[in-house]
Amino acid sequence: MPLDFYLNAATGGLLTGLVYGLSALGLSVIFGVIRIVNFAHGEIMVLGMFATLLIFRHLGIDPLASLPIVAAGLFGFGFLLQDMVVRRVAHLADHMQFLLMAAIAVVLISLCLMLFGPDAQGLQVDYAYESFAIGPLLVDKVRVYAGLAALTVAGLLFAFFRYAPTGKAIRACGDNPVGAQVVGLNLRRLYALTFGIGTACLGAAGAIMLLLVDVHPYLGPSYTLLAFIIVIIGGMGSLPGALLGGILIGVSEAVAGLILQPSLKSAFSFGLLILVLLLRPQGLLGKAVR
Amino acid sequence: MTGMTRRQWLKATAGGAAATLPLLRIARAQTSGPLRVGVILPRSGVLAGIGQDLYRGVELAGPILRDLGYPEMEIMEGDTESNVQTARAVAERLIEAGAHVLVGAFDSGQTTAIAQVAEQKGIPLIINIAAAPQITEQGYRFVFRNFPTAPTILSNAFQQQKEIFARVGAAPKTVVFMHVNDTFGTAMAGGIGAVMPKFDMPYRIVETIAYDPRARDLSIEVAKAKAAGADALLMVSRLNDAILITRELIKQRWTPQAVLSMGPGWYEDQYIKTLGKYSDGPMSFVPWYDPKKPLSRKLEEAHARAYPGTNLNTNQVFTFEALLIAADAYRRAGTTDPGALAEAIRTTHITDNVSIGPGIMFNEKGQNDGLVDATIQNVGGKLVVVAPEAAAVADPIWPMPPYDAR
Repeated sequence: MPLDFYLNAATGGLLTGLVYGLSALGLSVIFGVIRIVNFAHGEIMVLGMFATLLIFRHLGIDPLASLPIVAAGLFGFGFLLQDMVVRRVAHLADHMQFLLMAAIAVVLISLCLMLFGPDAQGLQVDYAYESFAIGPLLVDKVRVYAGLAALTVAGLLFAFFRYAPTGKAIRACGDNPVGAQVVGLNLRRLYALTFGIGTACLGAAGAIMLLLVDVHPYLGPSYTLLAFIIVIIGGMGSLPGALLGGILIGVSEAVAGLILQPSLKSAFSFGLLILVLLLRPQGLLGKAVR
Repeated sequence: MTGMTRRQWLKATAGGAAATLPLLRIARAQTSGPLRVGVILPRSGVLAGIGQDLYRGVELAGPILRDLGYPEMEIMEGDTESNVQTARAVAERLIEAGAHVLVGAFDSGQTTAIAQVAEQKGIPLIINIAAAPQITEQGYRFVFRNFPTAPTILSNAFQQQKEIFARVGAAPKTVVFMHVNDTFGTAMAGGIGAVMPKFDMPYRIVETIAYDPRARDLSIEVAKAKAAGADALLMVSRLNDAILITRELIKQRWTPQAVLSMGPGWYEDQYIKTLGKYSDGPMSFVPWYDPKKPLSRKLEEAHARAYPGTNLNTNQVFTFEALLIAADAYRRAGTTDPGALAEAIRTTHITDNVSIGPGIMFNEKGQNDGLVDATIQNVGGKLVVVAPEAAAVADPIWPMPPYDAR
């Protein structure tokens, strides 16, 4: 098989992986700071996809343009969810928190079923069938825009956590909640902000993902599982790790599909997960806990 | 205790049961009232698009069969959610709710599950669409299929492909075979290995690619197919995957000489509606309707009135015929008793039907083995019969018009 086929597959995988990474960032942000494992991760992203679909259908706005609106909407949703619901179970055992998040996931699936029905729905943008030819590379335009959008959102998020005072405060809460309280940080507000930022990431990822796949209410669990694989490979709580994990999964699935059998793509991701858990349980960029 | 001994209790129970049984039998064998037909289709889930298309056959059947003087039927709807377990549960539920006959279910895996329930409960199942041969190879007494099996579809397909190659004076030397990895897809893949050598085809399969029916992205599959450098694409697919594959063919700038499909997906209205001008070109080798039969014309007219701007296709034709078989059996049996209905279905002999072939009659296995396929090509958003030559209304377009020149 000519080399350009592998390059094409790897490029496509890289771009899809960036979107996977952005979605996993949402999970990593929430876990890294609040220490809550968001089992409703995929379902919240599906909510973002449906919101994008509605905006496209009723207002004709391209998903990339409606991305900030959807992200803002889901930020509000996440903020309120943390402040009104999740916060109240934070003191309970882990399994109680898991159950709460799983229950929220079921509620969201049912809500989507009631509002949108069970069928797969998608949208078609003007550039849906176009691709860029760069030398031997033939890259799908939708995937390029999706990858770039994901990279931009991830870059903004990194900058926020690195340079913005609120971002630094959130990191302080994640590193040392007691210390953060001692210096006067408002943990309740910052946790709600963090959850909101995590779900905003999912809204952005959902808006971008809708360019690549059709949405239906049952799509959520598969993306929750994928996000878990990515953050475990990248390192739980590590933001660069989530992005790296997404890229690794995207590229390895694409290339493995080409070299082996396409139906072995998922098996390859799980193989990678087992390998990382055996050789580096803290994930590629995660910190070892002693 | 109230003073009743165990022996008295047993006597009373046995007496009660003996008195009730004939009543139950009478209730089961009653002839009055409409025939209750449980129509089980994949109305949601991954096969939802096809499920909606299939249901149009149900909606068309009511008025036409009434016009033809068939007795009244009451349709009980069941949704498999494109899932084998749900299909089984829905079949059980409909039978418990009083269905006298079942019809369904498009997907071979789901139909297999329903067939087991129907046989176990002694309720006739009339299969509208499902091609896995094993369904009618189990020795079932209550299962009837008015749809060709995978080997029949393949034999007809290879025969008609050779006819087309001869008519256009060209043939692919190599093909990539892509198939959906479900019961139907694997049955067809197995059938190709067994049937193709008998036809001395001008091409060889250079690559076989199986994929998940629930796949959300088929870019790698198409890239692999393109990399094989084959002349044509041999397909066994469903609807969503057919759309995904076409999108990828366009994006990856590969127009094979032909897309030769031996399953659904490429002729469905949703395919044509979603892809517009890009839907033209594929050829589907499928069981079809004979446009020259009087009932076909009636069905076509009713379809055009009910769903203007769309094409009548296999889904509606065979769902309609399944209900025709049920109504015909009920008329002849004169009872809703499942055993009598099954016997009536077994002796079906309908020549005023819609599908290509001598008519509807079942062999000892409950299979209609007289059905003949047709080759349909998508041309300008319409479905055109291009083979067999006797039924053809147009010449096949070969090679397919390039996607980037449309």
